[in-house]
Amino acid sequence: MNRAQAGAVPIVEAKDITVSFGGQKALDVPSFRVFENEVVGVIGPNGSGKTTLLLCLTRLIRPQTGSVSYRGTPVSDSKSVLELHRRLAVVFQESLLLNNSVRDNLVTGLKLRRVPKAEIKARTEKWLERFGIAALAKRQARTLSSGEAKRTSLARAFALQPEILFLDEPFTALDGPTRQALIEDFKNVLGETRMTTVIVTHDRNEALALTDRLAVIMNGHIVQTGTPAEVFSSPASEEIAGFVETGNIIHGVVESQSEGLAMVRAGTLEVEACTDLPVGTKVILLLPYDDITLILPSAETLTISARNRFPGRIVKMFPTGSQVRVTVDCGVPLTALITRRSGEEMGLKEGLPVVAMVKAVSIRVIGRH
Amino acid sequence: MSIIFDGIKQAFLLLIHGDPLVLRIAGLSLLVSGSATIFSLCVGIPLGALLGLSRFPGRRFIATLINTGMGLPPVVVGLIVSMFLWRNGPLGILHLMYTPQAMVIAQFIIAMPIVAGFTMAATQQLDPKLRLQIVSLGASRVQMVWILLKEARLPLLAAIMAGFGAVISEVGASMMVGGNILGQTRVLTTDIMGENAKGEFSYAIALSIILMVLVYAVNFVLTMVQQRSKTR
Repeated sequence: MNRAQAGAVPIVEAKDITVSFGGQKALDVPSFRVFENEVVGVIGPNGSGKTTLLLCLTRLIRPQTGSVSYRGTPVSDSKSVLELHRRLAVVFQESLLLNNSVRDNLVTGLKLRRVPKAEIKARTEKWLERFGIAALAKRQARTLSSGEAKRTSLARAFALQPEILFLDEPFTALDGPTRQALIEDFKNVLGETRMTTVIVTHDRNEALALTDRLAVIMNGHIVQTGTPAEVFSSPASEEIAGFVETGNIIHGVVESQSEGLAMVRAGTLEVEACTDLPVGTKVILLLPYDDITLILPSAETLTISARNRFPGRIVKMFPTGSQVRVTVDCGVPLTALITRRSGEEMGLKEGLPVVAMVKAVSIRVIGRH
Repeated sequence: MSIIFDGIKQAFLLLIHGDPLVLRIAGLSLLVSGSATIFSLCVGIPLGALLGLSRFPGRRFIATLINTGMGLPPVVVGLIVSMFLWRNGPLGILHLMYTPQAMVIAQFIIAMPIVAGFTMAATQQLDPKLRLQIVSLGASRVQMVWILLKEARLPLLAAIMAGFGAVISEVGASMMVGGNILGQTRVLTTDIMGENAKGEFSYAIALSIILMVLVYAVNFVLTMVQQRSKTR
C-alpha cells in the first residue's frame, strides 16, 4: 500500500493547476503530490512544462486555476505564500548567487528566516564544509567557477534546512567531471538528510541515480508516474518511450569487486560490470538495448569477449521499422534491439531459446543513495 | 591666454584666502544641489524600481515619460516651476519664488527622472530569475526589492552621480526660479553667468574652477564607494 492509499498527508499537493502563456496552455496537472522523505523526479523534454510545474509548486508563480496546498493547508494569500517560501528551498539551473561573499550568500536566507545568530554561524560552517567550499567562504561569489558556484547554491539551500527542496535542472550547465563529482556529493547528502526533494531534469541518468519516483511530463501534462525502473523499462506510450527509453534497468547489489570489475547480483542474474563501487552498494544497472547481442545456444561455445551471457527464451518480438525489439526472459526480462534482417536470418520467434550477451564495459552502473 | 591664467590664479587666491562670499556661494550650490539629489533619490529609486520590476497598465507610458524627463531642458523646468510659484500662480501662496527652496524644487524635477531612469535600467538588467531566487530564500516583497537594489548598487551609484552632475551644473532653472540674488539665491553657476555677462572673465573662470573641483570631489567620493563595492 503506498502512502497516498495509506492516507498520509502530502507535504505539497497541487490540484487541477493550469498555466497558460499567451493563450497557450503550458501546464495542466490534475494532481501532483509529494510525500515526506520522497525524492520525486519530474522529467520531460525541453519546453514540456517541468519548470512551470516547479514554479507553481513553490508558488513562485500563481497557477491560473487550481490550488497548491502545503501539509493540507491551501497556500492562497500572500502571508501563506511567504510562510511557504520560508519552509522550502529552491536551486535553479543557474546558480543565481548574490553579489557578495560565498558565506554571505548562505547567511542571507537564514537572516530572512530570522534564524538566531549562533545557529546561522553553525549552519553556515557545517554546509560550507559539507559541500567542500569552506576555503572559499570569503571569496566573492562572482569570482567562482561554475562548479564552485553550484556548490555554493546547494550549500545555501541545505543551510536553510528546508522541509522540502526543489531543484530545477541543477547540474545541467556543468562540465562532465564537475557534474559527476557534484551529483555524487549531492546524492550522499540526500541519503544522509533524507530530505524531501523534487528534482526537475531532462537527464535520465540523473533521474535514475537520484529519485524514488518519477513523473514524466509532456506538453504540459503528466503522462506517466512510477518508479524510475517502471518508467524507463515500461514507458506508457510511444511518445514517452521516444523520450525516456534507453535500455534495460535492473536493480542489484555489488557482490564482489576486483580491480574495477564488479559482480552484481540482480535477482537470479550475476552481472559483471565495470565499476569501483564497493561490495554491498545498491546499484542500478543500465543495459542499453542496442548493446545486447543475441546468439543461438548452438553458437554459445564460440570464444567471445562479452563477459555476460544470459540464457533465456524469447517472450516478445516487436518490430519497429527496420528493427525488432526482442524481449528475452533470462530470469529478468532483457530487451535487445536488433535489425529485422538478423532476426529473420537467425529464425527468431517467440518461445525460441537464445543467449543474451552484453559486454561488461557497455553496462552503466549507477549507485543508489 | 592671459585671461585663463588670471582666472586660474584668482581661483587659487580665492580658495587659499577662503573668500567668505565665494565659500557661501559654493556652500549654497552644494546645499541646493545636494538636497535636490537626495530628494530625487527618495522618489526616483522607488519609482525606477517599480517600473523596472513590475508590470502594470500604463507602465510603458510612465517609463517613456521618465526617459523623456532624463533629457528635460532646465530652462523649461525653470519656466514651469516659475509659473507655478509666481505670485499669481497655483502655488504662489507659498511665497517660494526666488528662494533656495524654489531652486531645490526645480533641480529635483531635473534630477528625479535621471535617477528613476538609471534605477529602472539597473533593475531591469538583473537576471529575472534572481527575483525568484530571493523570494524563495524567504524575502518579503520589500526585502526582495531591497536586496535587488543592493545587487544593482554599481549602476545606482552611477545614477546618483548623474543626478547630482545634472543639477550642480545647470543654470537655466536656478536663474529663473532663484534670481541670482546675492546672499540669498546666488549659486556658482548663476554667478558664473552673471560675471560672464559683466565681462569679469577671470572671476568667472575662478568660479568655474571651484565648481569643477566641487563636482570632482563629490564624484571622487562616490566613485571610491562604487569601485570599492566592485572589488569587494
